[in-house]
Amino acid sequence: MSIKVRIPTPLQKLTEGKAEVEVEAKDVRGLIEDLDKNFPGIKDRLCDDKGRIRRFINIYVNEEDVRFLQQDSTPLIDGDEVSIIPAIAGG
Amino acid sequence: MSYVKGLKCRECGRPYPKQPIYVCEYCFGPLEVDYDYDKIKKDLTKEAIESRPQNLWRYRELLPIDGEPTDGLHSGFTPLLRAKNLGKALGVKELYIKDDSVSHPTFSFKDRVVAVALSKAKEFGFDTVACASTGNLANSVSAQAAVANLKRYIFIPADLELGKVIGTLIYNPVLVAVEGNYDQVNRLCSEVALKYKWAFVNINIRPFYAEGSKTYGYEIAEQLGWRAPKHIITPCAGGSLITKIWKGIKEFHKLGLIDKVNTRMYAAQATGCSPISTAVKEDSDIIKPVKPKTIAKSLAIGNPADGVYAVGVTKESGGWAEDVSDDEIVEAIKLLATTEGIFTETAGGVTLGVTKKLIKQGRIPKDESIVVCITGNGLKTQEAVSERIGKPIKIKPNLASFEENVPRSLKR
Repeated sequence: MSIKVRIPTPLQKLTEGKAEVEVEAKDVRGLIEDLDKNFPGIKDRLCDDKGRIRRFINIYVNEEDVRFLQQDSTPLIDGDEVSIIPAIAGG
Repeated sequence: MSYVKGLKCRECGRPYPKQPIYVCEYCFGPLEVDYDYDKIKKDLTKEAIESRPQNLWRYRELLPIDGEPTDGLHSGFTPLLRAKNLGKALGVKELYIKDDSVSHPTFSFKDRVVAVALSKAKEFGFDTVACASTGNLANSVSAQAAVANLKRYIFIPADLELGKVIGTLIYNPVLVAVEGNYDQVNRLCSEVALKYKWAFVNINIRPFYAEGSKTYGYEIAEQLGWRAPKHIITPCAGGSLITKIWKGIKEFHKLGLIDKVNTRMYAAQATGCSPISTAVKEDSDIIKPVKPKTIAKSLAIGNPADGVYAVGVTKESGGWAEDVSDDEIVEAIKLLATTEGIFTETAGGVTLGVTKKLIKQGRIPKDESIVVCITGNGLKTQEAVSERIGKPIKIKPNLASFEENVPRSLKR
């Protein structure tokens, strides 16, 4: 069992072109660490130099924005689906 | 002839080629069009602009296409009118309405961005266009893509106003009503956009699309006699429009088309969806997303992509932000209608409601030039006002019934 993560195009160069990968993690922070273990360099892309998720990145757990949950402390359980999505314009 | 050098990350400045891409691979910042302003300055003069047809393409050098424009050839150059009655009602001396409620062909400022997006999508060779929309963009993409003979997929929140649904369906697109709010529609679309090679005007075409909004600002300056007003109040959803109006005015200054710019930019939101105005009032650089709850559905974006830039514009220009309740929105719609004869949608009610508030607060002085941005048409959001505007007086077709039922001395 594991957590499914959808990877946005700009990061797929780091995931060998895969649009979806699986990780083991207890929360969003752990997910980023585990991603970085498998795909070195991905954490630098997702987080700024203070380790915070970059402001133009939205992370969703089961379609809910983590900013409505517990930010990067949002707990994850096996079977959860996570999407990483760049901010997009609207109207 | 092209005046575009390429794309550039707005955050880290990394250059990218002219492609249908929208996000920096390194820092996820939005990509922006990088123009050759020296070349533009040589070619673009007031005289050249004034000699051209009255549509948004008269500023073509400042728009990101390489060839000739192909879409929205009658869009833009909407009226900028001196609002004397409304000015009197608000107690201000010099008030203008920039009225995109009569934009061609779909009655909102979105006709501007879509004109640019479709011209660019065709240059890139796409045969299918798509968008996520709160309604106005849906109308405009459907209409203009029909004219351009492009396939069109439109995604909207399922609870949209009937006028916006019908105003989309009439152009025969594939219309997908998603059970969720706009932010959820947008999230879905960004995943669809990864998988399908369509021109999503607000996703992979965004750097080009968003530039169309600058023409709203150019027109304000040109129509005021080549000067920038002292105050501009703009509705904010994703935060792009206010950013682009400001950019447009600064570009005009940089090119020497207007003298000094001492314009203050104000962001207007509905209290039920006010992540931008909250950030301005709290002096925060971070936008806290919200779950929208307002009748102003066209502004109901809880997670505004350009929110940080909108906040930045209010700060840089010395402006401010405010938000108004649903009641204040309706009252403002009625005020605009009864003073200036303009029936605007809920977003216009937000903008005028906020203008009223800012004048009352003393943030906008009463003796300086003020432009209120009216960006959409009230016939599309009739639900918002239908219970608040009285009813017709029903009578029999005879004089007695008329005299019995219709008051003949009106206190208006």
